[in-house]
Amino acid sequence: MNGATLSTLRPDLALIAGHVRPGARVLDIGCGDGTLLAALEAEPGCDARGLEIDPANVAHCVARGLSVIQGDADTDLGYYPDNSFDYAILSQTLQTTRRPDLALGELLRIAAHGFVSFPNFAHWRVRASLAFGGRMPVTKLLPERWYDTPNIHHLTIDDFRALVKEQGWSIEGEWFLNRGRPTRPANANLFAEHAVFLLRR
Amino acid sequence: MDAPAQPDDSRFGLNRRITLPQPLMLDGGTSLDNVEIAYETYGTLNAERSNAVLVCHATSGDQFVASQHPITGKPGWWSRSVGPGKPIDTDRHFVVCANVLGSCMGSTGPASLASDGQPYALRFPVITIRDMVRAQIALLDLLGIERLHAVVGGSMGGMQALSLAAHWPGRVDRVMVIAATAAMPAQNIAFQEVGRQAIMADPNWQGGNYYGTGTAPDSGLAVARMAAHITYLSEESMHEKFGRRLQDRASKTFGFDADFQVESYLRHQGASFTGRFDANSYLYITKAMSYFDLAEDHGGRLAEVFAGTKSRFCLVSFDSDWLYPTRESRKIAHALNAAGAPVSFVELSAPYGHDSFLLDVPELDRVIAGFVG
Repeated sequence: MNGATLSTLRPDLALIAGHVRPGARVLDIGCGDGTLLAALEAEPGCDARGLEIDPANVAHCVARGLSVIQGDADTDLGYYPDNSFDYAILSQTLQTTRRPDLALGELLRIAAHGFVSFPNFAHWRVRASLAFGGRMPVTKLLPERWYDTPNIHHLTIDDFRALVKEQGWSIEGEWFLNRGRPTRPANANLFAEHAVFLLRR
Repeated sequence: MDAPAQPDDSRFGLNRRITLPQPLMLDGGTSLDNVEIAYETYGTLNAERSNAVLVCHATSGDQFVASQHPITGKPGWWSRSVGPGKPIDTDRHFVVCANVLGSCMGSTGPASLASDGQPYALRFPVITIRDMVRAQIALLDLLGIERLHAVVGGSMGGMQALSLAAHWPGRVDRVMVIAATAAMPAQNIAFQEVGRQAIMADPNWQGGNYYGTGTAPDSGLAVARMAAHITYLSEESMHEKFGRRLQDRASKTFGFDADFQVESYLRHQGASFTGRFDANSYLYITKAMSYFDLAEDHGGRLAEVFAGTKSRFCLVSFDSDWLYPTRESRKIAHALNAAGAPVSFVELSAPYGHDSFLLDVPELDRVIAGFVG
């Protein structure tokens, strides 16, 4: 398998892969070209499956020998039985769903643990861009313009924490990234470009 | 149970025939004696007997998956996917393809002789997709193949692959199902009934006893094939291929000749089909498909059919296929997911309708190669 190793993975994916229990059953929702799936199958030896909306990506994954279903996180998670996985992963996908709260609920119904990674819309550079430029921010993590972005529900780290609290879920782990490197949790809502949370139902 | 496969083993190679030593028990409650299976093998069975891939053919297909057809002289029906270096690589895999029970290319069917020396005709028992697979399993037993590396099929071949995985779960590792369904939809049963009625309305059908009379229900079979052929194409591909263009003429004839290219094409498809296919086989095979409902014994709960399966699955549909549309494959994918089976599913974009699985779709090649391995 031409899978990426932990060291060559995108930083948020490496974080997730590094904290998944070896041999676990994992569902990667919005698995893209299967980079994380391949890494999970190769190193922690997981039973890793994927859900992906783009047919070209799915074909690519299947050609790599991965188990991936073409489907939509907004409509197709309901077909998975309760507790069918140990972990479900939403990496850079939450902000593209029509109802992120429902998607998260499904995530934690299908699996006992959920990894969620997302770009933080309250990072100082995003705030500055909006405050001083007066335009919707276009950054490295959010490269699309307002009219062609798949990110229809921008959120901040504090927004996410509030939703988790409101729903009664618990946070088992949290990691923050700035320019691809770990950054401290203090004032993460201002200084982290990217957050990774591990939730438990 | 057998000595290791030898290259000179008469069971292996092109154009083989074998007679089943045991009666074949059928879903309809009867059994068939002396069932003959016509098949071909490609590549070499390894010493562990672990590299066998069973390819299942569609309604009007045959065992000539990657070798020249003896009647039409055309290349094998899936020679673009099966062969040395092809997606199903015969340099590495041992490929088996058998003519289905009920067909007419050498395997026992309604045109075969019964014990009284006369053709079965309508005395042939009505069979099911599972009966076809029973015959395939009996063949695998005789070839000494305990466990398939993969079973692959499109359309009716996909139904056989599903049936094999569901009813003989210990005998296959990978299951590839292309443009198929787990239960024949009403619209498909309807089209097949039109075909069957066209055959039976032909006076030459003679209640099925046309063998040896010098005539056969060719007109009826041709109409059946024409109707079916329309369902294999997409509106878009028909429009592209024919439009409203006229056939070898400058203007309409104001008659019932084949003025339009599409008429001429369909007539040709129908007429050439009668040269290579038996009308009664067409009745039996389409009826088997109409009967197909994998979850029937499980109250419609498809996930139960696959509970505990150890096989990996891959389902493929095509966006222009309206005969076996994507939702049919998606239902199977969801059921397999619910059963906890490793399953992949992808809808590929191709313009050719249901026939896409037989045609030039490079992404399908990659998916087959990746999944079969």
